[in-house]
Amino acid sequence: MAKTVKLLQGNEACAQGAVYAGCRFFAGYPITPSSEIAEILAASLPRVGGRFIQMEDELASIAAIIGASLAGKKSMTATSGPGFSLMQENIGFACITEIPVVIVNVMRGGPSTGMPTAPGQGDIMQAKWGTQGDHPAVTMAPDSVGEFFTETIRAFNAAEKLRTPVIVLTDEIVAHTREKVEIPEPGEIPVEDRIKPSVGPADYKPYDTKFGDVPPMANFGDGYRFHVTGLVHAEDGFPTNEPDIIESQERRIIRKVEEAVPWLSKNEEFMLGDAEVALVAVGSTARAAKMAAEEAREKGVRAGVFRPVTLWPFPHERLKELAGSVKRIIVAEMNLGQIVGEVERSVCGSVEVTCLNQVNGESISPRSLCSAMVGEVQP
Amino acid sequence: MSFDYTKYLRTEHLPHLWCPGCTHGIVMKSFLRVVDSLGLNQDETVVVSGIGCASRLPGYVDFCTLHTTHGRALPFATGIKLARPELTVVVVSGDGDALAIGGNHFIHACRRNIDLTLIIFNNSVYGMTGGQYSPTTDHGMFSSTTPYGNPDHAFDAGALAMAAGATFVARTTAYHVRQMDKLIGQAVQHSGFSVVEVLEACYTNFGRRNKQLFKSNMDMLMDLKKKAVPVEKARKLAPKEMEGKYETGLLYEVGRPGYIECCDDMIGRKQEG
Repeated sequence: MAKTVKLLQGNEACAQGAVYAGCRFFAGYPITPSSEIAEILAASLPRVGGRFIQMEDELASIAAIIGASLAGKKSMTATSGPGFSLMQENIGFACITEIPVVIVNVMRGGPSTGMPTAPGQGDIMQAKWGTQGDHPAVTMAPDSVGEFFTETIRAFNAAEKLRTPVIVLTDEIVAHTREKVEIPEPGEIPVEDRIKPSVGPADYKPYDTKFGDVPPMANFGDGYRFHVTGLVHAEDGFPTNEPDIIESQERRIIRKVEEAVPWLSKNEEFMLGDAEVALVAVGSTARAAKMAAEEAREKGVRAGVFRPVTLWPFPHERLKELAGSVKRIIVAEMNLGQIVGEVERSVCGSVEVTCLNQVNGESISPRSLCSAMVGEVQP
Repeated sequence: MSFDYTKYLRTEHLPHLWCPGCTHGIVMKSFLRVVDSLGLNQDETVVVSGIGCASRLPGYVDFCTLHTTHGRALPFATGIKLARPELTVVVVSGDGDALAIGGNHFIHACRRNIDLTLIIFNNSVYGMTGGQYSPTTDHGMFSSTTPYGNPDHAFDAGALAMAAGATFVARTTAYHVRQMDKLIGQAVQHSGFSVVEVLEACYTNFGRRNKQLFKSNMDMLMDLKKKAVPVEKARKLAPKEMEGKYETGLLYEVGRPGYIECCDDMIGRKQEG
């Protein structure tokens, strides 16, 4: 059968991926460079029986999608740095109440208003640590238009399977690039739904650990009456001050994500087999890195690229292995050093780690990446 | 025969955390009588709150209940209602929750006219955090953060709701319980965004800091009674005669298609056309 091939913009691919994944509710607030996602879903969601709403701000947007998800609709919002900052409190709410939602953050440059139309990668750590307290973090980091489509689907699937918010983190370049995308047929990529309770309303507890670390989830309106609160709560959903219960619930919401790493983790390894220098990068920086690695090989340096596609949980184990086979690791990112700290933690000093950072609103060029690779391995 | 509240209460989670003399329980019971008289299905009734004393109410009542973050109850409720329009969604919120940190959501929910009911538990103070002044604390009053008197002026929540486009706006007090039942009942039945402001008394964290006016919780309740003027009467009085008083009753009601109705209508027409 002939494949459906389309020329899509990154944000357009994200919107289409969301609909493919079963997203039926979107609430958002306009912000560059993510606004096209809202514009496209405003038109397309009603056609599939879904709903779109433009809220008064990002605080309201994230609240609305959590509410809609609790009422049974797969839900998403999309934003950029300033809006992502405003959403942090309720991302924590979704973590502790275990309500699946997807948050797309198209990164732009700089803190505060920064550079609205220029790329940046300054929200790497915010995606992990933005909301207060200990909490699980799951983040997908696509580097192409096609992957923005498929990673949005993977984000919904992970959110539903794990009952947790999932962030899709990319940058302005990926969001605004137009590329050829093969659109999968319905059913070609599996779509996951949250596990429904197998017990009746009388026996239902919203955080019942009897069923494992991801408790089945009833939706409001399905005949189950239960309580949901951002206070620490027991298995029945009601607030508790019992230290043992608090400790075990807190540890469980972290553990459920850690234990998902075997299927959740995803990396791209580009020409790493015989590499002596590995360049670690995500998003659009990784695209330049792959080109740079090819150039470096033409110059006689065995270079490769390691790209976390699942950024959080971070692929510590794989990087630790990689440290045993390469001589150097270079971390390139459009910030002043965020991923590099995680890489250093992974390799524990067993191999030299250097970084290449740039925060001027321009992408890191393949030329400068190539120079770094060539310069560092040649005496 | 007295009303049996136990059908609607999660009795295993009582007693509640409200202080002796607090009037939140009066409003909660009124709401439960309304649920009963309207015959609402508990599985299809959602009660949403933010943060504060009043916002602990959902934990005590046996519906689908959601206790969210400070100020954000209305947007959470908006998401629920859009996802499942068949559900009855009621938001309970204190004055700080609804009008300070949640003030922006409040005016936009009014404007949007989505079919939700908001009950504002207005005791004009932040009780949970120990008695700081709120956006509805009267000018000159004492609180833990206005030790020299309140330099601010209070919001008129009813006027704010009307100006922002709410299609049902009512005000009552913790003293006027029969009126409260009637107005909450009308609000829940109203199609569109409805607001009921209930003026309340917090002796523990507000009254006792204003002993020049209130020696007890009962003084506060009698003060609510004294200052309330039925809207029909109030509108015949000169502004000067209404100084220091407030209108109670159904302040405003108008029929206007709600947000979901408008959306469905416009999308339907576009797709047919």
